[in-house]
Amino acid sequence: MDTTRRDFFKTATIGAAAATIFGFDLQPAYAQLKELKIARAKETRSTCPYCAVGCGVLIYTIGDGAKNVTPQVIHVEGDPDHPTNRGTLCPKGSSLEQDMLNPRRLTKPQVRRPGATDWQDISWDDALSEIAQWTKKTRDATFIEKDAKGNTVNRCEGISFIGGCTDTNEFNYLVVKTMRSMGLVYMENQARV
Amino acid sequence: MTNGWIDIKNTDMMLIMGGNPAENHPCGFKWAMEAKRNRNAKLISVDPRFTRTSATADLFLQIRAGTDIAFLGGVIHYALENNRIAKDYLVNYTNAAFIVKEGFKLPEDGLYSGFDSQSGKYDLSTWNYEGTGGSGGEAGTAGHAPEAIPGKVGGATPPPHLPPNVNYDLTLQHPRCVFQLLKQQYSRYTPETVERITGIPKDQYLKAVDLFTSVRKDGDMKKVATIIYAVGWTQHTFGTQIIRTAAMLQLLLGNVGRAGGGVNALRGHSNIQGATDMAGLFDSLPGYLKAPTPADADLAAFLKRTTPTASKPNEWDSFNYYSNTPKFMVSLLKAMYGPAATKDNGFAFDYLPKVDRDYSWTHIWDDMYNGKIKGMMAFGMNGVMIGPDTNKNINALKKTDWLVVGEIYPDETSEFWRAPGISAEEQKTINTTVYRLPCAGFAEKDGSMTNSARWVTWKFAAVPPPGDARLDQDIVAQIFLRVRDLYKKEGGKFPDPILNLTWNYADSAHPALSQIAMELNGKALAELKDEKTGQVIKAGQQLPGFAWLKDDGTTMCGNWIYSGMWTEAGPQIQRRGTDDPSGLGIFPNWSWSWPANRRVLYNRASCDPAGKPWDPERKQVWWNEAQQTWAGNDVPDFKPDSNPKDHMGPFIMNPEGVGRLFAPIGVIADGPFPEHYEPIESPIKNPLHPNQSNNPLVKKFNTPFDKFGSPEDYSIVCTTYRLTEQYHYWTKNNAMNVQLIPEPFVEIPVELAQEKGIRGAEPIKVISARGTYIAKAFVTKRLKPMMIDGKKVYQIGLPIHQGFRGITEDAGRDARTPANLLTPAVADPNAHTPETKGFLVKVEKA
Amino acid sequence: MSQASTEIVRISGHAGSVPGAGLNREFTVCKLVDTTTCIGCKACEVACLEWNGYTFTETTFDNSYQTMPETAWNYWNLIKFNEYENEDGNLMLLMRKDQCMHCADPGCLAACPADAAIVQYANGIVDFQEANCIGCGYCMTGCPFNIPKFSPTARKVFKCTLCNDRVSQGLEPACIKTCPTGCLHFGTKAEMKELAETRAKQLRDHSGYRNAGVYDPSGVGGTHVIYVLHDATNPEAYGGLPKNPQVPLMVRLWKHPLKWIGNFGMIFGVVGVFIHYLRFGPKIVKEDEQHGDAA
Repeated sequence: MDTTRRDFFKTATIGAAAATIFGFDLQPAYAQLKELKIARAKETRSTCPYCAVGCGVLIYTIGDGAKNVTPQVIHVEGDPDHPTNRGTLCPKGSSLEQDMLNPRRLTKPQVRRPGATDWQDISWDDALSEIAQWTKKTRDATFIEKDAKGNTVNRCEGISFIGGCTDTNEFNYLVVKTMRSMGLVYMENQARV
Repeated sequence: MTNGWIDIKNTDMMLIMGGNPAENHPCGFKWAMEAKRNRNAKLISVDPRFTRTSATADLFLQIRAGTDIAFLGGVIHYALENNRIAKDYLVNYTNAAFIVKEGFKLPEDGLYSGFDSQSGKYDLSTWNYEGTGGSGGEAGTAGHAPEAIPGKVGGATPPPHLPPNVNYDLTLQHPRCVFQLLKQQYSRYTPETVERITGIPKDQYLKAVDLFTSVRKDGDMKKVATIIYAVGWTQHTFGTQIIRTAAMLQLLLGNVGRAGGGVNALRGHSNIQGATDMAGLFDSLPGYLKAPTPADADLAAFLKRTTPTASKPNEWDSFNYYSNTPKFMVSLLKAMYGPAATKDNGFAFDYLPKVDRDYSWTHIWDDMYNGKIKGMMAFGMNGVMIGPDTNKNINALKKTDWLVVGEIYPDETSEFWRAPGISAEEQKTINTTVYRLPCAGFAEKDGSMTNSARWVTWKFAAVPPPGDARLDQDIVAQIFLRVRDLYKKEGGKFPDPILNLTWNYADSAHPALSQIAMELNGKALAELKDEKTGQVIKAGQQLPGFAWLKDDGTTMCGNWIYSGMWTEAGPQIQRRGTDDPSGLGIFPNWSWSWPANRRVLYNRASCDPAGKPWDPERKQVWWNEAQQTWAGNDVPDFKPDSNPKDHMGPFIMNPEGVGRLFAPIGVIADGPFPEHYEPIESPIKNPLHPNQSNNPLVKKFNTPFDKFGSPEDYSIVCTTYRLTEQYHYWTKNNAMNVQLIPEPFVEIPVELAQEKGIRGAEPIKVISARGTYIAKAFVTKRLKPMMIDGKKVYQIGLPIHQGFRGITEDAGRDARTPANLLTPAVADPNAHTPETKGFLVKVEKA
Repeated sequence: MSQASTEIVRISGHAGSVPGAGLNREFTVCKLVDTTTCIGCKACEVACLEWNGYTFTETTFDNSYQTMPETAWNYWNLIKFNEYENEDGNLMLLMRKDQCMHCADPGCLAACPADAAIVQYANGIVDFQEANCIGCGYCMTGCPFNIPKFSPTARKVFKCTLCNDRVSQGLEPACIKTCPTGCLHFGTKAEMKELAETRAKQLRDHSGYRNAGVYDPSGVGGTHVIYVLHDATNPEAYGGLPKNPQVPLMVRLWKHPLKWIGNFGMIFGVVGVFIHYLRFGPKIVKEDEQHGDAA
């Protein structure tokens, strides 16, 4: 350590001396330090959507929330307070900014009609109405009130719901509430596979 | 996980098997590294290939995919032979001393007693303890009583019951005591047999086994070992039994309930634990309540079937916590149906659909292929890619009338109708209407997620969804409200549950997740009073926890295990206390964990029978004699005032109160002890019993897609896995991750490459009986040829991340073949998880 | 670092003590890369890209987990992978984070002819000031670690800044902060050196790596990025880490006259100080020495 420090000091001295002679001025270099890009950003606490470690993440957005301002994500990094990840993130968590700003995101409802070879746009209102009609029609057509032995079963075997792995607990419960009440039994989740 | 991520730092020994946490849970894996750095803990990595977890291990063993029970059974054998067991723990905290009924037979020929080859089912009458007391149905049933689902047990015959008073022998000498049967069962799993099956040379195996069991050297109880696994264990036709073998081994070594110990399932996805807890699965209701079956004529019958009564030695005590099942169930029905759920109508029990057969994942696609399922809603779930047997799933979807996909990126499921190989002409013949709805990403919605350590943590929304994308909960709510309107207007089949579903959210089309979280926690519907403490909870107030739940309709609760998450004191799941007074990584004030904010499950077992911690350096809970109560750094997972001299068992969720080395009455469908079976596609016949090579309870489907390869045609063992750089089928839309792993590849041994003349990065075909996968060869020393039962066997592996929509795929830089078109649709008879690890393929140059 | 650079050491014509003196601790920064707990996850690669605003680079699979063969002008941080059979015949997957080493005696700086294009801060960070870069590429010749890379579009040379924008605000560099296993550490050189030696000893004593050691090559005056290696006798196995890195002789020669003139200047300065001492007494010289000891 001493050697290193001495060498470093010597180098610095030489450099400084050389700088004096050649008229170098290091002040401009200091001025070029990059601004900290998150200096004026807002921090929102979130949880990484990927694996089940559940790392705390800080989402940095700019925009003060005034009425014409939409917040913009500028950076994501680990939440140093979170006891599990202590500020760290894996290569997927580290790229979350790009997940939010991704040009590949779906931004409008689409429908593929029977026999069609491409998508077409559809309004939310039309899409939801049609889905509700399909649901009712299929439920009414496939609902079983009693089984062969006369037991009450009240189930709908014509519709399946499959759920993903990053939905919130509250969403999952809402699905169980609504779908079970419609009689669905083909209900499965990423949790199975 | 019985324990948690941070708790791994407390361990002395790690067996990581069936999981690759360095790659799939990197930030959790830091705690394994902490244990190495701070405690000189040892890490043993057992995997079909040398992974990045193996790179940090003290010992690596290459195992043939699907032979984990043989490996672990051999460890049990070694521990018993060399007395590396926790005797006091075993006698007092497990059913080792329990006597098993006469007539029970071990599977020396591959079958337990009671197998009926006609029906392919087991008669369970001998899979029970010998005991006295009670009579027949009056005795009640076990906590996890088998359901009337084919593949598990017979539907019509009533399940057998556990005896209330179990015969036992604390000397463990009785020839039919669980301990002796266990010894006998695994006496066949010698190192030589393990080598024949797993391909691990005996000397390497013994080195690893000696190291792992060294925590119990010379009767020492201070040291602790953990077992860590993931889907490398679940995705087999005997997956549940692999995990059970690990649990049995940990009970044998006295490692369950202890800091740095446990059996730790690393759940794969951010809220897969929560999805399981909330019962997004056909066979359960929120909080692991059983799904009703047609045989449950009414609520009373359902509760009788699913509420266990204690079954234990007469002198011992058992908390039998599931005896509270009626309180949990009635509170759930009150949460769902509110005023429509009354005592008179069995709290609207009939509103719930009844299941009498297997509706699980592989059955969905099979029944859809056979025309039964007409419509599907998929939210954040790419069923085509996840497989198994992608081609079958695509062809099943072709037969549906409608499909709704809620997603944030264009995915393969929503575009199944133009999968590679489907021409424009064929597309015109596919009559499915597909709706693709743009949903919100994680940063655009709030709500809670539950990590693998059962920590329930709230997140906040940072930005609005892009464009016209909507919040997922709004979409489901709006579909439901429109369906309800149709039933209101037009009537239809049994509209009652739809019309009476509670929906008192402030903004009905945009339900606030905070309101739903409060519903999950539960509240009082009438004034409640605790007679002991005099504490009163007024009607309408949030409940402090599940101990307050009632079976008379005076409480409501959406999920009993989540009760306590959002109390009158506010959202516990938003807490951010960074204090950790014990230094054990408990962090009691950070968010909240189910159940009741306990961080290590079964922590009573961290103490000796007298209530003193096995290791005074790692004190979790202890008995406070002065105050006659259990106290601790963690919340005791136990009846708080149960004096150790009453001998209440620490495994309070089992009616026995003790851990199950022997799983009675078919709670595990395929046997009371795990037995090694070969994967459905295997290079050899089972060396233990060639005439019963596979798990006898596994069902195969009959569509033209359900084809299986023989070792003559397909000689290579193949396994699938995930890479650290990519996340499932999601980050293939993210340039930063795509550049890290730009193309699909197949890892193959150098020797196989030489044999086939394949060079690194050259395109190759991997062919199974079900399909052909094309990717570049990754020729590596990290997979070596193995000797399996005297036969040279190659093992290869491939990541699953690429499909036919994504950055690389859309740019035409990928063969666009999903990995799961190789995998077979056969599943574990307990967990219904498909066997995507360990199937047969052949390899050719492309 | 900006704090360090704005720290007042001396004030002319000022009576009494210097405000803030002793409140700022001046130290040198250092990254420690413990290759024995690296899992090659590449989180550091992504965090570096994300923080510095570089995006997609097209890559191809080349029979390795490694993202690309070597670092690029817009890819400053790269895990190098090597499937290595050690002398005991055991397979190891060696993974090493490759990046600018921030040498104490930086060959790039020595070689650079452009006014203030490369600066070395007191805390040890060697930083390229692209505004002043003339794109001659001499720094690339000067670097024994093959780090500075030329951008054909910008016609300038780029490399790791050790996140001086973050470090100056008391934050860890992006790569360090994100590292999941904690194989990356950050602190003063003294602390990191001590931590590294402790870890190397642990590896020798408890993990059977008898050649475990620390890589802090003296040929470049020591570095502000140091490694713990399972086998310090064979750094080449870790993706070609040079055993005895030196600033190339040509660069030394080219620098030599400057050095000489610099020494002359220093002597001139000392003479000046001596005259000053004769004129005003010893006070300032002492303070100068103290400062030197504290550095």
